Amino acid sequence: MTETSREIAVQARSVGDAAIIYASDYLNKLSGERIERECRRQLESGCRTLIINFRDTELVNSIGVSILVGVIDAAEQNTARLIFSDVNNHTANLFEMLGLTRHVSLATNEEEALSLASEARPRAS
Amino acid sequence: MDTNTQRLLHTFSALADLGQEISDTSDFEEMLRNSFHLLLGSLAIRRGAVGEYDRDAGALRLIASRGIAESTDEALKLATDHARELASFGSTIKLEDATKEAHRFLEDHKALASIEIDLLLPLVVRERLIGVVLLGEKASEEKYSEEDLEVLSALARHIAVGIHSHRLIEEVEHKAIENQRLYDGLRKIYKETVHAFAAAIDIKDRYTQGHSVRVGKYSEIIAREMGWSEEEVEGITIAGYLHDIGKLIVDLSVINSPERFSAKDSKEMSRHPSAGYEILARINHPYAEIPLMARYHHERIDGNGYPDGLKGDQIPPGAKIVTLADSFDAMTTDRPYRKKLPLEDVLEDFRANTGTQFDPAVVCAFCRAFLNEIEGKRERRLLNLINRNYDKVENVTPLLNELLADFDGAAMAASTNN
Repeated sequence: MTETSREIAVQARSVGDAAIIYASDYLNKLSGERIERECRRQLESGCRTLIINFRDTELVNSIGVSILVGVIDAAEQNTARLIFSDVNNHTANLFEMLGLTRHVSLATNEEEALSLASEARPRAS
Repeated sequence: MDTNTQRLLHTFSALADLGQEISDTSDFEEMLRNSFHLLLGSLAIRRGAVGEYDRDAGALRLIASRGIAESTDEALKLATDHARELASFGSTIKLEDATKEAHRFLEDHKALASIEIDLLLPLVVRERLIGVVLLGEKASEEKYSEEDLEVLSALARHIAVGIHSHRLIEEVEHKAIENQRLYDGLRKIYKETVHAFAAAIDIKDRYTQGHSVRVGKYSEIIAREMGWSEEEVEGITIAGYLHDIGKLIVDLSVINSPERFSAKDSKEMSRHPSAGYEILARINHPYAEIPLMARYHHERIDGNGYPDGLKGDQIPPGAKIVTLADSFDAMTTDRPYRKKLPLEDVLEDFRANTGTQFDPAVVCAFCRAFLNEIEGKRERRLLNLINRNYDKVENVTPLLNELLADFDGAAMAASTNN
């Protein structure tokens, strides 16, 4: 089942026990905090995989990186998986350079991200 | 773009953002939290804290943190000698020292022992420890390099300057408030001293006790009616209190003479405005015109007053007000050689002498203030002063209206000409 919800400017939808959160064009303090709040809300409501979709994101500044590191911590504390999808080359290089990719899987698109999410879940016998 | 260029651009952008954050002084703690996140984000550092050093408490007050003592509001002790050593590193610190200091800090704070703190950066401005930045591991899990430390030190220097500037502004504001308090205190003392002087002046003259204070109050009411500013009103009130200070040098037997003054006594008595000026001119009053108001309170519009025989606009406006207030109080109180005059007679005296002794604008302002109080439009201050000696004050309403009708035009014309 797919549902879409909107909290302030953050777009998010759930696919099974995964939540897809859409980042804005510029990930700075304001938009970053909204994403962080949404991620924490999803984790608290039992989400096991967080997918942050960066399809609209042109730029991530240092505060944005710091907030994403906070999201990584929150996901690890909740033993949830974190996947970044649709990350442009520049941002992907930044995440790689800063070591975020050690904690996060990168997916080319949402479909791949969802596929990665399902791989991570143990199959019922 | 190669990795080094991208790293450089990311750092440069963090520095630019930090500059913007620090210049925003609207919310200090928010500014510091954002600056701290910029610093963490510059190298994707997973945990850290920034604390401001409180020299008096000998402790660090954590202002922003992630993953370090987040749940505690308690200050972290930092001994004075340790703070001094940290300050000695200045605004740059070697990697080895930053690591060593982080371990030392953890040893002093066993409660934080489970947290990994890899670096401690002192925030130093002008050889004074402003605070510290504690940093845990990077998301890359790589060890900190000298290059990393250079980036972090540059950002930390900005944060240190931000904290320092903010505290300086706070200090200046605090001092301004303190100065205002001191100034208010001095003004209070000044006013109390003036009151004491007024009482001393009036005690010398046993027939006119309370005269100076009443003249001050009448002058205040008239000036307020004339639209003077609060500061000017305060000044003229003081001038009223002190207008007769020159009487302190007049022979006591003259002042307390139970009869009308002889020519000789009048001459002695007429010294008091100039003497008052001489006394008051030596004092640096908050209101510069006070000595002049004392000197000229016996001048007349027609030039027949004393000591200088000034005419019309040569007489300062404040002195014209004190003149009327002084005359009104003199006529409405008992004197050794006569009883107080009926209010109607006092107002008739005003009518007879407006334009010669009294300024029409001042007389009109007095009448308006009087009428406004009778009609309940103003607080009863004038009436409370007059009522002590007179019954049915409201009976003079027609006279007050007549005076206004007679002289308001002249007062308006005079103010237009001016």
